[in-house]
Amino acid sequence: MFGSVAAFAVAAGLAAAPALAGDLTIVSWGGSYQDAQSKAVFIPVAKALGIKIKEESYGGISDVRLQVKAGAVTWDIIDTGSGGGARGGVEGILEPLDYDMIDVSNFVPGTYLPACVGTITFSTVFAYNTETYSGDNVPKTWADFWDVEKFPGKRSYRAKYSGALEPALMADGVPPEKVYEVLSTEEGIDRAIDKIRQLKDHVAVWWKSGAQHAQLMKDGEVDMTTGWNGRFDVAIGDGAKAAYNYGQGLLDYDCFAIPKGAPNKELAMKFLAEASKASYQAAMPQYITYGPTNKEAYDLGIIDNEVAGKLPSHPDNAKVQLVVDNDWYAKWEKIASSKYQDMLTE
Amino acid sequence: MSAADTIATTESPRAETSERPHADGLKRDAFLERMRLFGLCSPALLLVLVIMVIPVGWLFYLSFLSDEGTFSLEHYQRMIDSKSYARIFRTTFEVSILTTVICVLIGYPLAYFLAQLPSRAANICLLTVLLPFWTSLLVRTYAWLVLLQRKGLINSWAIDLGLWDEPVKLVHNLNGTLIGMVHIMLPFLVLPVYGSMKAIDKDYLKAAANCGASPTQAFWQVFFPLSLPGLFAGALIVFVLCLGFFVTPAVLGGGRVIMVAMRIADNIEIFFNWGAASALGVVLLLLTMGILYVSSKLLKLDRILGGGSHT
Repeated sequence: MFGSVAAFAVAAGLAAAPALAGDLTIVSWGGSYQDAQSKAVFIPVAKALGIKIKEESYGGISDVRLQVKAGAVTWDIIDTGSGGGARGGVEGILEPLDYDMIDVSNFVPGTYLPACVGTITFSTVFAYNTETYSGDNVPKTWADFWDVEKFPGKRSYRAKYSGALEPALMADGVPPEKVYEVLSTEEGIDRAIDKIRQLKDHVAVWWKSGAQHAQLMKDGEVDMTTGWNGRFDVAIGDGAKAAYNYGQGLLDYDCFAIPKGAPNKELAMKFLAEASKASYQAAMPQYITYGPTNKEAYDLGIIDNEVAGKLPSHPDNAKVQLVVDNDWYAKWEKIASSKYQDMLTE
Repeated sequence: MSAADTIATTESPRAETSERPHADGLKRDAFLERMRLFGLCSPALLLVLVIMVIPVGWLFYLSFLSDEGTFSLEHYQRMIDSKSYARIFRTTFEVSILTTVICVLIGYPLAYFLAQLPSRAANICLLTVLLPFWTSLLVRTYAWLVLLQRKGLINSWAIDLGLWDEPVKLVHNLNGTLIGMVHIMLPFLVLPVYGSMKAIDKDYLKAAANCGASPTQAFWQVFFPLSLPGLFAGALIVFVLCLGFFVTPAVLGGGRVIMVAMRIADNIEIFFNWGAASALGVVLLLLTMGILYVSSKLLKLDRILGGGSHT
C-alpha cells in the first residue's frame, strides 16, 4: 500500500515535468518494435516537420486512461493496438482525428477508426525453439502448442487476456471463423480459460511485454511462446534459435492516436498526417516484419518481393489467419480480462 | 580517573540541593525544549501528512465508491466472491514471512560478525553491505534473471561442473522471487541489528564470564536478548517493505507469484478506476496493522523494544 502510493506520487511528479513547446512526446511499446519505428517513422517525420520529439514507452491504453482521468496528460501521440484505439475512441479518452488532414484514401479498409489511424499490421503467433523441435516434428497449430506429450517443453503465454483466448479455442477444436461467435457468451470465455488452465502447469513464464517474449526465446528460457511475429524475426536475426508460421495466427494492426487533452494536439495531428504517408510506412519492413496499412507503400519500390512475402498482411499470409474482431474486445473486455486474471491467480 | 571521581562525588550533593528551588524553571525549560523539538519535527510531520495521510485517506474514500460515484461496497464484495483474492493475500504474506525469516537467518550472523571486527574493517564491510543500495533495484533484479535462468550462469556452470544434470528451476517461480527479495532486503535487516549490537556494552559479557558463564551462555543469556530490539526493528522493516513489493516478484516470479501490489496494478487496468485497487490497498493495510498488533501483544514487543532503549 505505502509502496504503491509512493509509486503514484513519484509517477505524478515525473508526469508533471513539462514538455518544451514545439516538442512532441510519443509513446510506444519499446524494444525492437519502437527501435524500428524510431528509425523508419519518428525521426524522419520529425525532420520533415522541423520539430523535436521525445520518445517514451508505456504499458498500453490503460496508462492513457489514467493520465486523462487524472487530468495530467503528457503524451501527444500514442501507439496502441487496434482494440485499445477502438475502445479509447468510444470512451472519449482519445481525440477524434481530422481525416481532412490525414489522407487515408489508400488505406486497407478497416485499418483506421474515428480516433486512431493504422500504422502497421502484425500477427499474434507462436514461436518454437528450433533446437528443441526440429525436422518434421515441429509444432504447427495451436493444438500442437497445447500438446505437451507430442511436444514436451516449457511454454510461455501472455499474462493478459488479449490475443490469449482465441488460440485456446482453436486448440480446443473451434474452427477459426467460429471463434468470436463462441467467445460471445460467458460460457465460451470460460471454455477458453479452462483450456488455458489445462496448460497452466507447463507455462513457465507468463509474459507481459513484447520485449520479454522475444528475450525468452533468445535466452532459450522456454521452448515455445506466443508473441508478435516481428519481435520474433528481430530475435531470430539476433541469433535466437526460433521459428514460427502464420497458420492460425491472429491478424491485427497497431495505430497512432492522440490522447484527449494532449499538450500539443495541433502539432500531433500534423505529425500523424505526415507519418501516415506511404513512404514512411514502406520504410518499416526493413527494420521489422510488420506490414503497412497504407497500400500505396507497396507501389513505391521500397519493399521488395521477398520482404513483402514475409509480412503478416501479405495475401498468402493473411488468408491463413484469423482477423482480430475489435467489436468483441469493446464488448467483452472487462468480463474476459477479470476472468483471465482470476485464472492466473488461482 | 580518580580525580574525576572525587569531583563527581563532591559535586553531586550540591547539585541535588540546588535543584529544588528551580524546579518550576526547569519544568518550563523542559516544556520549551519539547516545543522546540516539535517545531523542528513539523516539516517532517507536514510532509508525512501531505504525502502519506491525505493520499491514503483519499484512497480509503475511493474504495467505497462505485463506477457511478455512489457509495458502494462492490470492491470489497468482489474480494469475497472471487477466490483469487484470498490466494493473493496468502501468497503475499507467505513470501513476506519467508523473506523475513531468511533475512534474519542470514543477516543476524553477518551483523554479529561485523560487530566483532575492528572498526576500520567493519566500516569497509559495511560499505559492501550498503553497495547494492547504489544500484537500481531494477538492475539488480534483472541481473538475477541473467544468473538464475534455465541457461543462465549458475545452471550452465553447475551442469558443466557436474553438480546437477538437468537445469534447476531457480527463477520464474517462488525460488527466484525469494532469492531476489532477500538480496534486496538484507541491508534493511543488517543495519539496525549491527547498530544495536555495537551499542551493547562489552563489559556485560565480561561480567557474565566473571560470573562463570561460558561464551555460549554469555551470548544467549546476555548478548542475544540485548540485540533483540535491533533484530525486531530490522525484521519489521523487512516484513512491511516486502508486503508492498512489486518489481522483484513481477520480474523473477514469471507471472506465477502474484502479490497484492501486482494485483492492484492489474485491477486499475481491468476496472479503470481507483476504487477496485484502493480497496485492495485498504485490506492489505488493515491486515498488516492487525498482524503487527497481535504479534506485538504475543511477543511483548513493547517491552523488548522499550527495555532495550536505554542501551
